[in-house]
Amino acid sequence: MRALTWQGTKKVSVETVADPEIVNPRDAIIRVTATAICGSDLHLYDGVIPSMQAGDILGHEFMGEVVETGSDSTLTKGQRVVVPFTISCGGCFHCRITQFSACENSNPSEKQDMSEQLYGHPMAGIFGYSHMTGGFAGGQAEYVRVPFSDVGPIAVPDHLDDEQVLFLSDILPTGWMAADNAGIGPDDTVAVWGCGPVGLFAVQSALAMGAAQVIAIDHYPHRLELARQLGAETVNFHTSDVREALMEMSGGIGVDAVIDAVGMEAHGFAIDNMLDIAKQTIGIGADRASALKQAILAVRPGGRVSVPGVYGGMTDKFPLGALMEKGLQLRTGQTHVQRYMKDLLGMIEEGKLDTTFLISHRLPLEQAAEGYRQFRNAQDSWTKVVLKPGG
Amino acid sequence: MRHDHPARWPWLALAGVGLAALPLAAAAAKRRGREADPDSAPGHTARRSSGEYRVVGRSVTIARPRAELYAFWREFPNLSQFMANLEKVEPAGSEPGHHTWHIRTIAGQVRAVDTRIAREVDGELIAWRSTGDSEVDTEGRVTFADAPGERGTRVSLIIAYKPAAGAVGDALANLARQSPELQARHDLKRFKMLMETGEIATAARTRAEHQRETEEAR
Repeated sequence: MRALTWQGTKKVSVETVADPEIVNPRDAIIRVTATAICGSDLHLYDGVIPSMQAGDILGHEFMGEVVETGSDSTLTKGQRVVVPFTISCGGCFHCRITQFSACENSNPSEKQDMSEQLYGHPMAGIFGYSHMTGGFAGGQAEYVRVPFSDVGPIAVPDHLDDEQVLFLSDILPTGWMAADNAGIGPDDTVAVWGCGPVGLFAVQSALAMGAAQVIAIDHYPHRLELARQLGAETVNFHTSDVREALMEMSGGIGVDAVIDAVGMEAHGFAIDNMLDIAKQTIGIGADRASALKQAILAVRPGGRVSVPGVYGGMTDKFPLGALMEKGLQLRTGQTHVQRYMKDLLGMIEEGKLDTTFLISHRLPLEQAAEGYRQFRNAQDSWTKVVLKPGG
Repeated sequence: MRHDHPARWPWLALAGVGLAALPLAAAAAKRRGREADPDSAPGHTARRSSGEYRVVGRSVTIARPRAELYAFWREFPNLSQFMANLEKVEPAGSEPGHHTWHIRTIAGQVRAVDTRIAREVDGELIAWRSTGDSEVDTEGRVTFADAPGERGTRVSLIIAYKPAAGAVGDALANLARQSPELQARHDLKRFKMLMETGEIATAARTRAEHQRETEEAR
C-alpha cells in the first residue's frame, strides 16, 4: 500500500510499504477513505517531538471502511467508522473512569519507559505519533491496523459524508474538551489563543456551551476571519497588546477562562520566547510557551486555564506566582476522544455543529508531502488539509 | 573469560552460585527494624539495597478479581505468556510446587532453573525460590490484595537475586537496558495487559513483524 512516512526533520514522503494485517484478536483493518494533517503533525514534521524513526507512518485523524476484523472485534466488514487518535483498551482503571487518553494497556510495555521517566507515568498509545506513544503506524495511508477496535471506532450513518464526520477523530473533541476543561458556562467571557483547527473548534464549542463573549487571538488575518464568522471577537497579537486588549474588552475584570490552543511552538516576540526558540533550534529543547504564559497573566483571579495545545518537555520562566496568587485552575491533557464522540456525532447529525468550514484544501494522498509543506508555511490560507488515499 | 551468556531475564541470570539467608525475609525484617521511622513505603523502594542481594519490586493494579489473577499465576506454565524471556515453565518431577523454568539467553541458548514454591496463601501470596542444586540464587514473591473501591486487585512482584558480578554487573545490565527492575516491570505490565484486555499490546503491522519483535525482546 502507499503511506506518508516521516524521513527526518521537515522531510516526509509517500512510500510503498507492506499492507497491515490483523495481529491481535481485537484488531480491525480499516481502508482509509479520508485522513487529515493535524497541527500536531507539524510538531513531528519540525522534529521537536523525540523518538521518531525514519519510515514511521504518520497520521492520527482518519476514517474509513472496515475491511477485516479480528476474532474479538465487534465491528463488521463494510462498516464506515471514524477512529479516535488515542488507542484505548476500555478495561483499565483510566478507561473505566473515561480518562481514555491515559489508557494503561495500549502502549507496548517496552515503549512506556521513556514517557514514564519523563512524565512519571507512561503515555497511552497514539496512532502515528512517535515511539514514545507506541510507534503505531498512522492513518495517512491506504490501510491501518486498529487495535481495540471494539472500543475506539464509532460507526457513522451513511447520510453524513466523510468531511462532516472526519474531525470526530481528534480536533472536534479536542476543541470541545478544551472548552469543557475551561468550565464554560452561560455569561462567561473566554479568550482562545490560536485560531488553528483546535482553537476554532474551541471557539465554536465555547459558544455552543453558552459563553457570552469569546475572544480569539492569532496573527493570521484569514484565521481570525474564520473565528469572527463563528461569532468570536478577535485580537491580532501583531497589532495589539493582547493583555491590555483583553482587560479592556472584558471591562477591566479579565476573562473568566483562557484556552491555549497553540502549544509548544508558539510564535511571539517576547524576549523569553526568542530565547526559547533559540534553545529549541539548537536542541536543548525548552518548550516555547509564550501563549500559555500570556494566558495565565490575562485570565482574571479565580479563573480557569485550559491547555489543549501540545507540550512535550519543560519550559523556562513559567509564571507560577501568577497561577498561585490569582488562584487559577489549570486543566489540560490529550483528549479523551471516546468520551465525547457519540454526543458530538449527535450534534453533527442534528445540524448543531458543522466542521467542514475549516477545510481549505483536499489532496490525493500522493501529494501529502506538499500538503505538509503548505500547511506548515502558508498557515493563513491552508487551514486544514484533507487527504484522500487512492484519490 | 565469559563462557556463560547471561540470560536476558537477569534477575535470574545475574544471580550467583550458593544459597544464603533468605533475602526477602531479611528485607522485611529490616523494614520492621525501622519501627521508629514513620515510613510505610514497601521495603523494595528503599534507597539503599541491603547485603549481597538486589531486591527489586513493582506493583500494578489490575481491574480483575483477585482469585482469577491468583489462579492464573499459580499455574506456573502460564507465566511464559507474559514473561518475555521465559520459553516455558514445566512441572519438575512429581513433587507439587517444583518447577523447571526454561529461560532464553542472549545467545539464544535455553537455561533451566529449578524452583520450589516456598510459601503460598490461597488467593493472596505465592513465593518461590531456586533450589540448592540450581546454578542461580534467586527468590520471588507475588502478592495479591484487594484494591480500594472498584479498582480490582493490587499485584506486587518482588524479586531478590544475587548479582554475579556485584555492583559493576548491575550497572552494566542497566546500561544494556536489561536491569532486573526493567524486566520485572515490563513483565508485570504485560501480565496486566493480558488479564485486562486478553492480549498484549504491540505496534507491529504484520504478523511477521510481530514475530520478529517477540524474538528480539528475548
